[in-house]
Amino acid sequence: MVNDIHIVEEPKKTLSMHPKKFALWLFMVSIVMLFAAWTSAYIVKKASGDWQLIEIPQVLWVSSLVIMLSSVSMHWSKISAKKDSIPQLKMGLIITLLLGLVFLALQWQAWGQLVDQQAHFVGKPSSSFIYILTGMHGLHLISGLIFVGIILAAAWQYKIHSRSMVRIEMCTTYWHFLGGLWLYLFIFLLLNH
Amino acid sequence: MATADIHVDEGLQHHDDHEHDHHDQNFWTKYVFSEDHKTIAKQFLITGIFWALLGGLMSVLFRLQLGFPDMSLEWLRPILGGWLTDAGKLDTEFYLALVTMHGTIMVFFVLTAGLSGTFSNFLIPLQVGARDMASGFMNMLSYWFFFASSAVMFTSLFLSTGPASGGWVIYPPLSALPQAMSGSGLGMTLWLVSMALFIISTLLGGINYVTTVINLRTKGMSFSKLPLTIWAFFLTAVIGLLSFPVLFAAALLLIFDRSFGTSFYLSDIYIGGEALPNSGGSPVLFQHLFWFLGHPEVYIVLLPALGITSEIISTNSRKPIFGYRAMIGSLLGIAILSFIVWAHHMFVTGMNPFLGSIFMLLTLIIAVPSAVKVFNYLTTLWRGNLVFTPAMLFSIGLVSFFISGGLTGIHLGNAAIDIQLHDTYFVVAHFHIVMGSASFFGMLAGIYHWFPKMFGRMMDRRLGYLHFWLTFIGVYMVFFPMHYIGMAGFPRRYYSFTNFDAFNSFADLNALISVAAIITLAAQFIFLFNFFYCIFRGRKASANPWKSNTLEWTTPRNPGHGNWPGEIPTVYRWPYDYSKPGAEEDFIPQHIPYSETPESNLPHENDLVRIETQDGDAIRVSDQGTEE
Repeated sequence: MVNDIHIVEEPKKTLSMHPKKFALWLFMVSIVMLFAAWTSAYIVKKASGDWQLIEIPQVLWVSSLVIMLSSVSMHWSKISAKKDSIPQLKMGLIITLLLGLVFLALQWQAWGQLVDQQAHFVGKPSSSFIYILTGMHGLHLISGLIFVGIILAAAWQYKIHSRSMVRIEMCTTYWHFLGGLWLYLFIFLLLNH
Repeated sequence: MATADIHVDEGLQHHDDHEHDHHDQNFWTKYVFSEDHKTIAKQFLITGIFWALLGGLMSVLFRLQLGFPDMSLEWLRPILGGWLTDAGKLDTEFYLALVTMHGTIMVFFVLTAGLSGTFSNFLIPLQVGARDMASGFMNMLSYWFFFASSAVMFTSLFLSTGPASGGWVIYPPLSALPQAMSGSGLGMTLWLVSMALFIISTLLGGINYVTTVINLRTKGMSFSKLPLTIWAFFLTAVIGLLSFPVLFAAALLLIFDRSFGTSFYLSDIYIGGEALPNSGGSPVLFQHLFWFLGHPEVYIVLLPALGITSEIISTNSRKPIFGYRAMIGSLLGIAILSFIVWAHHMFVTGMNPFLGSIFMLLTLIIAVPSAVKVFNYLTTLWRGNLVFTPAMLFSIGLVSFFISGGLTGIHLGNAAIDIQLHDTYFVVAHFHIVMGSASFFGMLAGIYHWFPKMFGRMMDRRLGYLHFWLTFIGVYMVFFPMHYIGMAGFPRRYYSFTNFDAFNSFADLNALISVAAIITLAAQFIFLFNFFYCIFRGRKASANPWKSNTLEWTTPRNPGHGNWPGEIPTVYRWPYDYSKPGAEEDFIPQHIPYSETPESNLPHENDLVRIETQDGDAIRVSDQGTEE
């Protein structure tokens, strides 16, 4: 009898996400604010005159292509992890890592092309800003590479698979974000140089 | 394959458990590098108190100069040494350093880290019903980044060239050129390093607070049942996440200008008749970036205090908070508006007057949510069964400051008046009352109210009353006369007024302010004694000394790691069921289901019980009393 009249005043479970994934999104929000500050400072500075026209290095087109490809390989390795095909997972991560390094090398080359047209870091803000935007993005990309490296090490120890996806999912999110951030910066520079 | 996977998972699980065991044993991991949110909160609190004392002492030093310009400070030579001139007076540059460090310390180290760091850390997991923060490790890092930042800032006080001296707003070119003043040398570099560390600490903390509030709430704790403290901490953290990166961006460009020779903020500057190579930059750009953080920062400082006050006033009025949803709405409104009013700090920078009027309009709109909050505080107090605990007195003090400081905000928000009053003591009076003192009172109220939960003991009430009255009267004695001095035209940050005939007649008023400041600071030692004495010797607290509804009072007297020894309580009702008609006691905590309180349930609450029992054998609430 007592069992029958058990009171079931059960409130709903609260909405929630995976806390670490959520924290990553918040982290990306703060990075967005960082670059929003720089790009809006860029626009404000440009609007106030005394602006030098700088040609955007052609090599940045190549690096944009490279980072888009690396997003594809990253995604491929995530899908492979979901299917438990570990060799493809590792291969995808290695390709991502290499493409990331190629991207950084190309960015470095772009700085060289800027110097060739006498646009130095120390000079008018019009050229300094390009270095700030590319350099700070590069720093964040290095943090992404470290993340990919950690995931690769974990994949080597068979710690990434279809039932342990959180870390690689976070890494993929972050990597796509860094790629998207670069595309935003590139288009921004093309439109506002 | 499957077994292998399970094995791996178990291995990970085991690893985690092993780490946890480790934490409980070792002194270093328990009290120093702790990952427990309660310990981290206390670390923030103690560090904040240290900084508050230092910042307060600095303010008394420059008040001595302003109130008694002829006084010899020779007796301070053992502490100040070379910062005194041969005549025994404060060095002029040191005066600027004092003002700068007082501002930096109070705004960032006391009222941001000390207030949010303490109470967000302490209360979020306890009030939403979580075992700990989303990431204890990040939380620990947050404190230790703050500690490193504090250490760097503290070191800068002992430099022979002095700490940063360009004002807490560090406007270039003053802060960008080491030639400009001695404090813009190494002192400014350390200031920037310290703030970079501080921003990392704030972001780590803020990410944790937001994640915890959204994802780790206990069963039943919907957003419409969250205590207003949590709403305030949550929105504060969101504001911080959006605005601190912008300060970081601004500071980084300043670092490049200072140390690498770029010209983001510098252009056409001549020093000693010689032109600097920098060209093309704009110092106003820095002001835009700085105030995009700087204004939300005001609310980062104030919102937690408002949240704490809402909770304390409702508990001690023994009444539900008036307009719970309006309170949330006004917090949201303030949070959103805080991002679109920054240029009201810049009315005199040569900004387009049309733009100025837009920012003026937006600024004045903030008066609406602020007035909603004041109205709701007063209507909550109205005809309540007021219990005047020290925490309650400090909360009422906050409301008083929020009104009197808010009214002058309406003056200053108008560009036409602000151009007249800009950079005078009127501004100083305004923000010290509405932001400084109000938030400080919120912090003190929080300490008095949650001390029993933090340390398991009570603070002494009588000393609390004495502390309150001396501080409350002291604050008004300090800042009220400042309005007159400001209207008379006294500029901020001036070392001395004795050379100006126009200002001589206010010498006695300045002396009065200084005496009041000294008394107010002295009163804080009553608090310090009370605080530290009662940690060890205070009367032992009962589990729920204020008869409060929120979840933290359902924990044991000294909650251990994980907060609740058994299961985390489930939440059934909002946190403000005080003096509910029909109820046996004048409070019903959040974890009491409606089915246990048939005598006080409202019709729609009874419906809730019925719906919830439908899956089993549906029973009537009225039957239920006899069964149990």
